[in-house]
Amino acid sequence: MESLQSAPPETRTPTTMSGIGRVLVAVYGVLALAALGRSFVQIVSKYEEAPLAYALSALAAVVYVVATIALVRPGVVWYRVAWATIAFEFTGVIVVGTLSIVDPALFPHDTVWSWFGRGYLFIPLVLPVLGMWWLAKHRPTAGAE
Amino acid sequence: MIEWFAWVQLAVAVTAGLLCLVLGFAGRVPSDLTLGALAVVELLILVQIVIAIAAPAFGNSPTGSALEFWVYLVSAALLPPAAAFWALLERNRWSTVVLGVAALSVGVMVYRMLQIWTVQSV
Repeated sequence: MESLQSAPPETRTPTTMSGIGRVLVAVYGVLALAALGRSFVQIVSKYEEAPLAYALSALAAVVYVVATIALVRPGVVWYRVAWATIAFEFTGVIVVGTLSIVDPALFPHDTVWSWFGRGYLFIPLVLPVLGMWWLAKHRPTAGAE
Repeated sequence: MIEWFAWVQLAVAVTAGLLCLVLGFAGRVPSDLTLGALAVVELLILVQIVIAIAAPAFGNSPTGSALEFWVYLVSAALLPPAAAFWALLERNRWSTVVLGVAALSVGVMVYRMLQIWTVQSV
């Protein structure tokens, strides 16, 4: 990425997130908190009922947390982390969402991604799209923003 | 959980949320009004925490998972201060929108808490 040569990390814009991006981060933060809380409850109280679904919930929750942090942190590395985590989420919601409808027996217990995130007002489906759009428009180049 | 109180709390959270969203999209920076609305939302959550601690002693216990209820309650209590803190760090219209998002999230959580308390395992 060309910005690696053109901008040492110290001179890069201090906040990747300002303006409407803050709203995106806020929603990500809430989703991360909700997914983390729910997955904590599932694992503590009934993990053995559906280890796959609940392990997946936990993984998704952790990725949401990382994505939230990556969106806030400045710099090229965090920018790539944000891309990777958001792409992971998008893949997850599409794959698990489709599977949960095509073959409900695979996911008898809810995950954050079941039915494309129906239990979360479809936010898990919409948010990665908004996130990727935002990232594409806000490459961390020197002096940007 | 006292049912009518939860409904009041839900109404206040949704009202505060919509107010902040509207003012935020209208370009207002966080004000005493919007931050005050969040303060009211937070205050009601703190009252809810007291109620939730005391209620089981009076024979009013959750029908569903107490653990899940408390995870929601604690999460909800964290949101308004976090949003308000952020709003003070960078005051622009989007901070007001963030306040609205936080208040609406609290509303959703209160509704889930009410479900857990009243109908989850009935």
